[in-house]
Amino acid sequence: MTTSISNIDTLLTSMANDIRHQLSDKNILLIGIHTGGVWVAKALAELLGEDFFDGSLGTLNIAYYRDDFTRIGMHPQVAPSDLPFSIDDRHLLLVDDVLHSGRTVRAALNEIFDYGRPASVSFAVLIERSGRELPIQADIIGQSINLTDEQHIKLSNGDSGLQLELRSND
Amino acid sequence: MTNNQLTDSGHLRHFLTIEGLKRPLLTEIMDRAEQFSSITNRQVKKVPLLRGKTIMNLFFENSTRTRTTFELAAKRLSADVMNLNISTSATSKGESLLDTLHNLEAMHTDMFVVRHSQSGAAEFIAQHVAPHVSVINAGDGCHAHPTQAMLDMFTIRRHKQHFPDLRVAIIGDILHSRVARSQIQALSTLGVGEIRVIGPKTLLPSDCQTLGVHVYHDIDEGLRDVDVIITLRLQNERMQGALLPSAREYFQCFGLTEEKLQLAKPDAIVMHPGPINRGVEIASTVADGPQSVILEQVTHGIAIRMAVMSMALGSQSELAEGSTP
Repeated sequence: MTTSISNIDTLLTSMANDIRHQLSDKNILLIGIHTGGVWVAKALAELLGEDFFDGSLGTLNIAYYRDDFTRIGMHPQVAPSDLPFSIDDRHLLLVDDVLHSGRTVRAALNEIFDYGRPASVSFAVLIERSGRELPIQADIIGQSINLTDEQHIKLSNGDSGLQLELRSND
Repeated sequence: MTNNQLTDSGHLRHFLTIEGLKRPLLTEIMDRAEQFSSITNRQVKKVPLLRGKTIMNLFFENSTRTRTTFELAAKRLSADVMNLNISTSATSKGESLLDTLHNLEAMHTDMFVVRHSQSGAAEFIAQHVAPHVSVINAGDGCHAHPTQAMLDMFTIRRHKQHFPDLRVAIIGDILHSRVARSQIQALSTLGVGEIRVIGPKTLLPSDCQTLGVHVYHDIDEGLRDVDVIITLRLQNERMQGALLPSAREYFQCFGLTEEKLQLAKPDAIVMHPGPINRGVEIASTVADGPQSVILEQVTHGIAIRMAVMSMALGSQSELAEGSTP
């Protein structure tokens, strides 16, 4: 693990290669987690070409599945979940920007199973950082980074495209 | 009324009336309802957001639609919901309202949904509940019915989008209608271009003008070029109070018929909070016609109530000791 972030295009290309290598014969459905995961999923779909994934991109808003409602209440609004396909007996690729505690993935898996029963779910993430609080791991990883609790990494999508920003609380 | 329905940071804590609420909050309720309404299209029509919360439906007055949609809304959010029909329970044995309330609170209730024939009942209850309990007004006397008003605004927005461009007419017994009162407040907060009320003098409040509405006693004039027509239920007890001659005559003067509907814009929508009296305030052909959105209103009631319940219970985190927003 390192603490310097590689070029984002390099990370995406390497992820796309891994996806092609591991999942190309599975007729995969692609699902991004709002908001950063949707950006990453779109970038991957572009790199892999129109025909690689079956159907259009699904999006998940896990706000109603979080475990911190009692502590922090409603989250700011983001677009609702939209899975424009049946997931029953299908292989899914779930995508997020950063894997940290693992709680978001736990919530996303719970929500997915309220839509149906997929054959399998794989998980791809741009940045895997230290600090897991649940037994969850990614199958496809852009880069692994070792960060302290005070450090945060955030993906943004501005005029110059996707960008990763590393910040410290102190 | 002071805004004791909001937390210090402006979030919904209780939902008692539209009065005093700002446009962004009403918009947030509709936006959140829009998100919740997509849940209905899934295999599992519920989300675990309010899992472990206990909601009591306290209905001191009869209701089918409102109680059922509140119950369904709570269930779709995974809350535990109890329906208490108070007229058949402890209060009829002489227990006071506050004693009933404190007993239910002792069962670790998180929210009361209150319907009462007395104006101000929900607010009274909100003043006396423990700090961690939220109260939603499901209709109090002639005062307010805020979730009904919001589901109506949501229905209008689904069909018409931009409120300032709209002309909305409310027909019927405005004087005794908590629905109309809340609707007028919501419509004006959302900046609707023109609000009209249509009815006989005996059923319109004397201070109508101060509500910022235009008053019509002639339905033909009032319906001209409107985008939205809201008909209200004519309550039978109004006839007994000698405010009206007969249901038949009322229908002739103020009933919404196909002929009268022609006076509105061709794409006008027809609404009614229910239950409808066919042939009294609305003709069957209109109620079941292509411009009617009456059953959509019922469906939208679930999503609006999910939004309000989750927002009110979500703000309780601000009251928890030592929490940071």
